[in-house]
Amino acid sequence: MAELHLKSVEKTYGNGFKAVHGIDLKVEEGEFMVLVGPSGCAKSTTLRMIAGLETITGGEIHIGDKVVNELVPGKRGIAMVFQNYALYPHMKVRKNLSFGLSLKREPKNKIEEATNNVSNILEIEELLDRLPKQLSGGQAQRVALGRALIKQPEVFLFDEPLSNLDAKLRASMRVRITDLHKRLRAEGRPATVVYVTHDQVEAMTMGDRICVMKDGHIMQVADPSTLYERPANAFVAGFIGMPEMNLVPAVLKNDAAPVLTLHDQSITVNEGLGHRLAGLAGPVTLGIRPQHLEVVVDGSENAFSAQITNLEFMGHEINVHAKIGDAVFVAVVPTEKFDASLGRGDRVGLKPIGPHIHLFDADTGQNVSLSANG
Amino acid sequence: MVALTDLPKPDQKTPPTALELKLRRKARINTAIRYSVLIVVGLIMVYPLVWMIGASFKTNAEMFSSPSFWPKEPTIQGFIDGWKTSTPYTFGHFFLNSLWIIIPKVIGTAISCTLVAYGFARFEFPGKKILFVTVIATLLLPNVVTRIPQYLLFRDIGWLDSFLPLWVPSALAGDAFFVFMVIQFLRAIPRDMEEAARVDGANTLQTLVYIVVPMLAPAIISVCLFQFMWTMNDFLGPLIYISSVEKYPVSLALKLSIDTTEAFAWNQILAMSVLTLLPSLTVFFLAQKYFIEGISTGGVKG
Repeated sequence: MAELHLKSVEKTYGNGFKAVHGIDLKVEEGEFMVLVGPSGCAKSTTLRMIAGLETITGGEIHIGDKVVNELVPGKRGIAMVFQNYALYPHMKVRKNLSFGLSLKREPKNKIEEATNNVSNILEIEELLDRLPKQLSGGQAQRVALGRALIKQPEVFLFDEPLSNLDAKLRASMRVRITDLHKRLRAEGRPATVVYVTHDQVEAMTMGDRICVMKDGHIMQVADPSTLYERPANAFVAGFIGMPEMNLVPAVLKNDAAPVLTLHDQSITVNEGLGHRLAGLAGPVTLGIRPQHLEVVVDGSENAFSAQITNLEFMGHEINVHAKIGDAVFVAVVPTEKFDASLGRGDRVGLKPIGPHIHLFDADTGQNVSLSANG
Repeated sequence: MVALTDLPKPDQKTPPTALELKLRRKARINTAIRYSVLIVVGLIMVYPLVWMIGASFKTNAEMFSSPSFWPKEPTIQGFIDGWKTSTPYTFGHFFLNSLWIIIPKVIGTAISCTLVAYGFARFEFPGKKILFVTVIATLLLPNVVTRIPQYLLFRDIGWLDSFLPLWVPSALAGDAFFVFMVIQFLRAIPRDMEEAARVDGANTLQTLVYIVVPMLAPAIISVCLFQFMWTMNDFLGPLIYISSVEKYPVSLALKLSIDTTEAFAWNQILAMSVLTLLPSLTVFFLAQKYFIEGISTGGVKG
């Protein structure tokens, strides 16, 4: 196992399109790094550049202490799991697993031992003599995982490996993969993993750290809780979290306590925000997660007055959609705390919880409400 | 339109409903009409072939006296005489010649077409578009047009009266149709398997041999089959390049018996024609399963 280091890596295609704009990323030895972002953010391209399936047009990629820029994929010490498994359709599972080793001309007994070992870990012993077309999606993905595991690579690369599975299977495979990662770590041979996904649930639950990407730029690299609690910019704030964070233009005035003006309403935030702002004032983007927006009686002090436009019953909680001027907010309320008499068109008060308010620069989108120590 | 197979079988315990009876009657009429048309047209198409097989067992005298295909006095004299031929060689010798032309040609075609198609389908290189257009252009060009320049070329190299002019163009992927067919097939196969192989450490040639060729098998088998049948039936090629009787393939040998005999022994010619058909038919039926998979390009599971 080794660390992976991308230094100002760039990718420009033959037609002049620049997909990756000089990204710097360091994945520590044994770390589970998730690359996440909307489609077209170049996360898969980045992964394929690490694998060597795409050439890089600038910068350096280090795996361990060697620069792998110009090495072919087979010589980089990586293993990759593909979205659609990419098992060799004409080979039995056993041969699929051992193909890489037999290309390296490893002795037969060693290959057999490795095959048995891996199939034991992934519980695919009874599948060894089947062809890929006789496997279910989950089984095929386990075999694909085994094909990566058997090579004992320096770095594991996963390219949206779970997106072809149904929701239930995806959840169980997610646990299986993180389990495996922790198990290898406990056994003293930690696996460095780069995992690409567009699914933030996968990102949040699996990653030691998450790298959020957009249009070939890295927006933020941090562990899941930092990403959620202290997003560096409006993009990360909106991308992570379900339902999405409410992001609305507002005006900030800083008197004794910060005053937020939205449409024609102003509220004073008495606690949890002022000390983070350092006297900042002017137009900003207000960001508040639906979970951090209290629904109170209309006319309550320091709450915006809003009109309910929709109610979504989710079982244990209710998503309240409410409008202030043109801006629609979503608030999540536990079902038992929700006043059942409220309906479409009724007015309620929306009160952002001070410590969870984020303010983003109206132009750059950078989070301006992050104080140095949190 | 209701097909009979869509309706429940009448022997089931519940009595058929009125609608079921009506639909069944309609379906019967429909089926009867469709099958009659198919049978008539099918018979018209296949009759010459059936007649030929029948006629090969007739005597020469009976041949043109009755239009029926069933011989009155079946005889295999046609086969015996035809096999001997009017040359010093038996027909078996010509069969071997044919095989000697076909087998290297088929192997050469399979290898060269796969290599060229792999290059076109999977790699980017300067001039790829122009080269591909050239390949397609030769596909559209009638074969006959290139015969004369090709003849002159092979004459100057000194390959006349040998099998080389028949082998070499195919071994250099000269059959644009096959290249095109394999390219189309390859385009329908996702690249992920090849990328997985590269990550597994395979070089380009290993990827081709271990991963691509097995996945291409149905297409390659179709290529071999087409090449086998077309070469077996090819008349013009051997006619132009091969001059000594000793090297004649069956297609030329058949014509030989027309030339040299004063009164055409039609029964012999037909008997040998029937034999000539056999290898192609046999090969076709043996490879039918793969062949159908190969020409319906969509038959690839990802």
